[in-house]
Amino acid sequence: MKISIERAVLLKAVGQAQSVVERRNTIPILANVLIEADQSAVSFRATDLDIEVVDKAVAQVVRPGATTVSAVMLHEIVRKLPDGALVTLSDDGTQGRLTVEAGRSNFSLATLPKEDFPVMASSEYTANFSAPAPVLRRLFDKSKFAISTEETRYYLNGVYMHVAEGDGGRKLRCVATDGHRLARIDADLPEGADNMPGVIVPRKTVAELRKLLDNDDASIAVSVSETKVRFATPEITLTSKVIDGTFPDYTRVIPAGNTRKMEVDAADFAQAVDRVATVSSERSRAVKLQLDEDRLILSVNAPDSGAAEEELAVAYGDEKLEIGFNAKYLLEIASQVDRENAVFLFNSSGDPTLMREGNDESAIYVVMPMRV
Amino acid sequence: MIIAHDELETLTIAHMDCDAFYASVEKRDNPQLRDKPVIIGGGRRGVVSTACYIARIRGVRSAMPMFRALALCPDAVVIRGRMDVYVQVSRQIRALMEELTPSIEPLSLDEAFLDLTGTEKLHGAPPAVTLARLVKRMSDEIGITGSIGLSHNKFLAKVASDLDKPRGFSVIGRAETAAFLVEKPVRLIWGIGPAAQASLEQAGIRTFADLLRWDRKDLGARFGSMGDRLWHLARGQDRRRVAGNAPVKSISNETTFFEDTASVDVLDGHIWRLSEKVSDRAKATGRAGAVVTLKLKRADHSSLTRRISLHEPTQIADRIYRTARELFDHLGPQHGPYRLIGVGLSGIVPAEAADLSGDLLDPESARRIAAERASDRIREKFGKDAIVKGRSLR
Repeated sequence: MKISIERAVLLKAVGQAQSVVERRNTIPILANVLIEADQSAVSFRATDLDIEVVDKAVAQVVRPGATTVSAVMLHEIVRKLPDGALVTLSDDGTQGRLTVEAGRSNFSLATLPKEDFPVMASSEYTANFSAPAPVLRRLFDKSKFAISTEETRYYLNGVYMHVAEGDGGRKLRCVATDGHRLARIDADLPEGADNMPGVIVPRKTVAELRKLLDNDDASIAVSVSETKVRFATPEITLTSKVIDGTFPDYTRVIPAGNTRKMEVDAADFAQAVDRVATVSSERSRAVKLQLDEDRLILSVNAPDSGAAEEELAVAYGDEKLEIGFNAKYLLEIASQVDRENAVFLFNSSGDPTLMREGNDESAIYVVMPMRV
Repeated sequence: MIIAHDELETLTIAHMDCDAFYASVEKRDNPQLRDKPVIIGGGRRGVVSTACYIARIRGVRSAMPMFRALALCPDAVVIRGRMDVYVQVSRQIRALMEELTPSIEPLSLDEAFLDLTGTEKLHGAPPAVTLARLVKRMSDEIGITGSIGLSHNKFLAKVASDLDKPRGFSVIGRAETAAFLVEKPVRLIWGIGPAAQASLEQAGIRTFADLLRWDRKDLGARFGSMGDRLWHLARGQDRRRVAGNAPVKSISNETTFFEDTASVDVLDGHIWRLSEKVSDRAKATGRAGAVVTLKLKRADHSSLTRRISLHEPTQIADRIYRTARELFDHLGPQHGPYRLIGVGLSGIVPAEAADLSGDLLDPESARRIAAERASDRIREKFGKDAIVKGRSLR
């Protein structure tokens, strides 16, 4: 194999590969990226056995072939090469070495046989549809903060992507929760997604997917089966197993009867929460909200570090209310609002609180209060 | 009390161990029990947690299944423990010890190391006399007897306190240390359980004399970090200090079964009882923890330990139990049978930071916590047995 490729193109492809490979793995081949060159194109393939990413890149193929080499090391080398360099990758097929040349730099890297590289078995997908990158970006960006990290609740370690009845018909919906907050984000149902099985997309896959979604004009081909999900652009194909578990019935925990409504400028609110939370400590992470007649007082009282208070003008016409929240959770859901005012719907100081953006029902958040 | 020993004036490290603590508290509070065999433990299907000396004479031992204990001693009075009272009594004893020295290292509710170095002037008496006064005060003022071991380090003090129980006072001086140890079995060392014992035996080490035949290097090579410690202990040397006022790092409880079990039902009952004990101790000391640990030992002494960080610290038995049970289900009951099970709480913080938020996906949890708090108040008023969970009877 011998190819010549632009440093920037190679860096992007290898960058994606090296983030998929597990840093600590006991199977050497899994640390490697599989480089395959046919007549006109080169593909870079990496896997951790749960996720597989294939990046097709434009290159000048001098001699077709394939080999595998450490993804992290190749990435480090390419990263350190000067911008605009032309990189040549070549192996003679017998020495077990890959030569990387750029300008006056020359590297010789150990390889492993391409035959040892595990390729993810292909799957029969039951639903295939395409969705604009900004739509998927919104669905996952606004839900991923609520993904649980608890190992015993493995079925919460991802975003539940499914089809559900929403405001104005059937929707493509993403839900994530860790038992303390929940995010439910809806998007118009793309054509062909009707019979999609609900799948739990693992946290790491969500992070890898994000790299495909930066281009506003891109359209992402999505394929879903009971066990796998695939997201593809013309260059990159990301295939992932889904979490084998049942996502809990989240509809039960979304409060429907919360009537005490507070409307607040989301950015002002988030900044105020952030400011008062500065004095909160590991021992008391709670922010107290005191509501009375269009007035909100945010306060933190941490006996071992200090106290803080800030007043905000809000729209609130219900009875007086005192309720506490984990500062981090409050900040995270307040930061999700990007266009409008944040609307909070409270019940009592012990019941879950609902938050949405203006009157938009397509993105709602639930957060559990804490005693203060 | 008459104590005579050449080194009496110079030995300062002591170990105090209450005699059959839980049973003694029960006998103190109910004089009718004084001459009867008393067993503290859980239900007919539970296990013995403490047996009084009368019951011990009949062969009853800690961790024995209750039915077996009752077969040996059918007239025993079985009492489900009153942990809140034990904690209270333990605090009283602790207060007496605190009058003697700031260097106290409690090992559990009923035993502690004391370092009395430099207290002669303050108390106008050598440590031996001060300690004799301590046990007398414990007996006179609190109604609980204890045994004292006095020596020149922690290892030997602990060994000594066990030599002459109950109401014992034993001294191991520097001069007699070597002679005292030489014929003793190595299982005397605190922390040498059956597993370590087995591996020592494989190396031909049963007694301290066997241990003395080993080079320091060889012991290190064979037993790792334990090897070096063994080399020192073989010579009666132990340089660990009495860790006074060491912050509590964890609260845990474990139980060894008389017979190995794989029964999920039986194990579940133990997980609940252990969680409740851990919770009781956390509540009694105003503490909570953010990490729950489950420990299991298999029949071959290999052990499995799993821990998980909670979203927030807790002192609630229900939360500890559910988390420990999740860990158990995660590990898989199929690894059994087990000989030991333990539940622990670490990441200790003051109780004020605990149990402040609920669980969206488990709306019932708030109600269960409220129920537990309510039954805690009832038990405080009417005793430990006033309310028990059905689960604890398994």
